[in-house]
Amino acid sequence: MSMWATLNRNVFKRTSTFALAIASGTFFFERTFDLVSNTLFERINKGKLWNDIKDKYE
Amino acid sequence: MAAAVGRICGARLLKNYGIVGPQVCQLSTSTQGWTRNRKLLLSTLGVVGGGVGALLFALEQSVQASGSEAHPPHQPWSHDGWFKSFDHASVRRGYEVYKQVCKACHSLQYIAFRNLVNVTHSEEQAKAEAAEVMIKDGPDEEGNYFERPGKLSDYFPSPYPNENAARAANNGAYPPDLSLICSGRKGGEDYIFALLTGYMEAPAGIVLREGQNYNPYFPGGAISMAQVLFDEAAEYSDGTPATASQLAKDVATFLRWCSEPELDDRRLMTIKAIGMFSMLAAVTYYFKRHKWASIKSRKLAYKPVSKK
Ligand code: HEC
Repeated sequence: MSMWATLNRNVFKRTSTFALAIASGTFFFERTFDLVSNTLFERINKGKLWNDIKDKYE
Repeated sequence: MAAAVGRICGARLLKNYGIVGPQVCQLSTSTQGWTRNRKLLLSTLGVVGGGVGALLFALEQSVQASGSEAHPPHQPWSHDGWFKSFDHASVRRGYEVYKQVCKACHSLQYIAFRNLVNVTHSEEQAKAEAAEVMIKDGPDEEGNYFERPGKLSDYFPSPYPNENAARAANNGAYPPDLSLICSGRKGGEDYIFALLTGYMEAPAGIVLREGQNYNPYFPGGAISMAQVLFDEAAEYSDGTPATASQLAKDVATFLRWCSEPELDDRRLMTIKAIGMFSMLAAVTYYFKRHKWASIKSRKLAYKPVSKK
């Protein structure tokens, strides 16, 4: 709980830091989210995608 | 019509009761619900709407059963399913089948060689594929048209200069462009596969004209395209045995890719949308509980003022 309170006090209270938190949070969230989805997609379709088979046709 | 619907639903359904409104409305006997007439009208509307829907559905089903053509059986495509991408090795083999067999008669005018890059071919391989065909270009400085080897940006050349030439070469039947055929025919790749492998002797009583063949999957049965896929009808560069059904399966997958090149992206988008919306759903659920907590745990005490 105290971590939450610290966060609240130091980041969310001031508009400037709050906005900064939103911007950087968006950035990192999107990067990880895309990474996770792509990995999942490539894992499900392993062996079928062009990246998996391109070395077969040298 | 719109006025009637507005009168029925508008006033009361859209009325803003405030946050405790719905509960008060249910608990109290003094607020009026819908009148009898309104209930009657709404339920009639519901029954009629449902009935018309059911009728349309039944009609559609009976039309499906009344045709003379066979319905293509469903095949286990590897791109069937919410998250399943194309089998790119199969798309590549399908391209080889198109190039060696179908290209003689069918155009594929909405696909360019650049579309193959990183789908079925590397950039160098796609360039080499393009360089194999001659593209009509021009006019040059003297106003003449000339032929040159293809480039990545060129679209696939058509086998005939125009539709009349195509008809003249095929007993009056026009071999349709295959770019969008998978989306344009009922059954999609199942239909293509069934059509290509479904040729048979015409049953007694079916009259075929000159150049026609019998195929139970083709509407009407008499198709002007002869059977083109036999074992070893094309050659695969990756060594897969080229049986007739393998050729048909690969070319059907390739044609699905031609019709829907964005399929892989859509599958990826499905994963992303499910992830995103489940997070949003969790937030929404939490927020709803948060807002309703005070309302649901509230106790109303009614204390009549004593008249005495
Ligand atoms: C010898 C020329 C020829 C070749 C080769 C050929 N076709 Fe055809 N194709 C035709 C003609 C002609 C028609 C029109 C048939 C009709 O309308 O009766 C046709 C029609 C079709 C249709 C449309 C059927 C419909 O429902 O209207 C499809 C799909 C098709 N061909 C796929 C292929 C594929 C895939 C290949 C390669 C494996 C191929 N064709 C090779 C001549 C050819």
